[in-house]
Amino acid sequence: MKRVALVGMPNTGKSTFFNRATGASARVGNWPGITVDLLGARLLLAGEMVELVDLPGIYDLHGFSDDEQVVRHFLENNPVDLVVIILNATQIERQLSLALQLKQLCLPAVLLLNMADEAKKFGISIDAEKMSTSLEMPVVMLSAKYGNGYQDAHRIITQAIQHSTPIPPEKLQVLLAADDQIESDMEAVLKQTVQVPVQLSDNLTTQLDRLMLHPWLGLPLFFLIMYLLFQAIFLLGKPLQDGVAWLLEAFKQGALEPLLAGLPAALHGLLIEGIYNGVGTVATFVPVIVLFFLFMALVEDSGYLSRAAFLMDALMAKLGLDGRSFVMMLLGFGCNVPALMGTRVMRSRNLRLLTMLVIPFSLCSARLQVFVFITAAIFSPKAAPLVLFSLYLFSFAAAFITALLFKNRFQNNEPFILELPPYRFPTLRQMVLRGWHEVRHFLSRASKFIIAGVVLVWLLTHFPQNAAPGSIDTWAGMIGHFMEPVLAPIGIDQHLAIALIFGFVAKEIVVGSLAVIYGLEGSALTGMMAQQLDWVQAYSFMLFTLIYTPCLSTIATIRSESKSIPYTSFAVAFPLGLAWLLSFAFYQTARALGY
Amino acid sequence: MATVNLETLKAGETATIAAVHTDRALSYRLAALGFRIGNRVEVIRLGRFSGPLHVRIGATDIMLRKKEAQKIEVQTVIANHRPE
Repeated sequence: MKRVALVGMPNTGKSTFFNRATGASARVGNWPGITVDLLGARLLLAGEMVELVDLPGIYDLHGFSDDEQVVRHFLENNPVDLVVIILNATQIERQLSLALQLKQLCLPAVLLLNMADEAKKFGISIDAEKMSTSLEMPVVMLSAKYGNGYQDAHRIITQAIQHSTPIPPEKLQVLLAADDQIESDMEAVLKQTVQVPVQLSDNLTTQLDRLMLHPWLGLPLFFLIMYLLFQAIFLLGKPLQDGVAWLLEAFKQGALEPLLAGLPAALHGLLIEGIYNGVGTVATFVPVIVLFFLFMALVEDSGYLSRAAFLMDALMAKLGLDGRSFVMMLLGFGCNVPALMGTRVMRSRNLRLLTMLVIPFSLCSARLQVFVFITAAIFSPKAAPLVLFSLYLFSFAAAFITALLFKNRFQNNEPFILELPPYRFPTLRQMVLRGWHEVRHFLSRASKFIIAGVVLVWLLTHFPQNAAPGSIDTWAGMIGHFMEPVLAPIGIDQHLAIALIFGFVAKEIVVGSLAVIYGLEGSALTGMMAQQLDWVQAYSFMLFTLIYTPCLSTIATIRSESKSIPYTSFAVAFPLGLAWLLSFAFYQTARALGY
Repeated sequence: MATVNLETLKAGETATIAAVHTDRALSYRLAALGFRIGNRVEVIRLGRFSGPLHVRIGATDIMLRKKEAQKIEVQTVIANHRPE
């Protein structure tokens, strides 16, 4: 039986042609010299049974990718009566090389230039007859998709096969000897120098996936892992935080106070109560932030994030998002800004805009610091992790509600394909390096705002000079008074109102500004806050802080990524409204229930 | 032996990719991940609530949505067909 091999570059419509030529009669077969299965089919050409084999699409006959080696080995080991070369007519100037490479092997061949319809649309004209003369092989224009030129192709293949004599494979082996030499050299070098890990780790991945991606346990496990992570951050972070606070206080009492005692009262106040207390209060959160990033680095590098995308994709699809959006939201728990920039991998603009609308609800490390501070001040150590966890749930809920509300406005049908890498346990060095990188980023961003922020807050809460610090007569008090009709229904008093206003610039300022507003720090500050606020007010304040604008950097990033001012304005206005409504609903309900 | 969509396979089933019917940009991405004609693809698991498919091609694990899986034509193979 005569044998025809189908050769072409990838995406030239080779398989469309194969399917059309063979109908549904194709079968998978094994062939000498190669280890992969190839599609083959028998068909009747000019009263003779002919076997048509579909070889993998290749760019270069002399290349060394798996597919290219397969084609070469097939030709070296199986006599072929005719090679049918399929090239894309629209890319003929790049693809003709393959036809010439095959011609060099003296294989009887015909050339089909597919996608003739498209080439015509692009204004590419090909003189098939002239090309046929210069290539010394029949050339036919074809549109396998629409079937145009298919009869011509059938005719020339039939003609060619009647007159062709197969080239003995041995002759091809001689012609391809140089490539074979490279292949064996390559193998020898690889064998001696490259260690490919044993399949053991893959088995581990398969077994872990069986548990982590379990149809029923997968999602609960995901939430359990996240919960334990936050518990661990709290548990390990608290003593460290207390230690840093103790050191800072000792330094102030022992060194700073005696040193600055001679300064005028106003300057002394600005330096100690403003800058030192403000910055110091923020500094006590560095251990928690470090821990947070260490654990996030662990989750991120372990390969678990793409599993989370797999688990959540069904839900995300219903929200008009996809698994990548979810991963970006999780990354947003570090900092919203890189997460927003990460949406660049999405090609559909609508999907990007919808994802960018929900990312700012992710409870970022700057907000985490505010919440850790307030929960520690107001709630019992037992309740604190639960309160924090509930804020994470609100963070997701706000994102999901927003996506649901706007998914029709930002419709998309972007495909979603993601590789699931094997599980890896990152080395301690990797974790520390990544954690350190993120912390440095946080500190450099924070320091830009914190000093300016706390100084400004100190001025607002201490001027005009005749007013009692932090009282209703200061500028800050006036602003708080002005905002009262809006903020009183959600339980936010004038002290907290100032903190909220500064939080618009950056959440990193909030805790520092509270220290300045109350004129206290450390345990004295938390004690004072516990006295002045009840848990309903505190929680309402945290809800509002969670949902309204994360910071100016986020807004700037949304603006530069979306390149749309109306969209950016919307991305600021909507969360503000949602924050107020949620806090209002929470505060009023809690009060109505008697809390 | 007829070809079917990848989406119709059950968890644990293996098939050979026969054709990929997507636009060019997507087909390049799919090819880079191993979705090439002739490659064997194993469905590892299906996500709940008509979630994505978890498939394996060679040593690479990939997730893709049902919508994309519908565009991939496969030919089911008999398990012991291939010499190992």
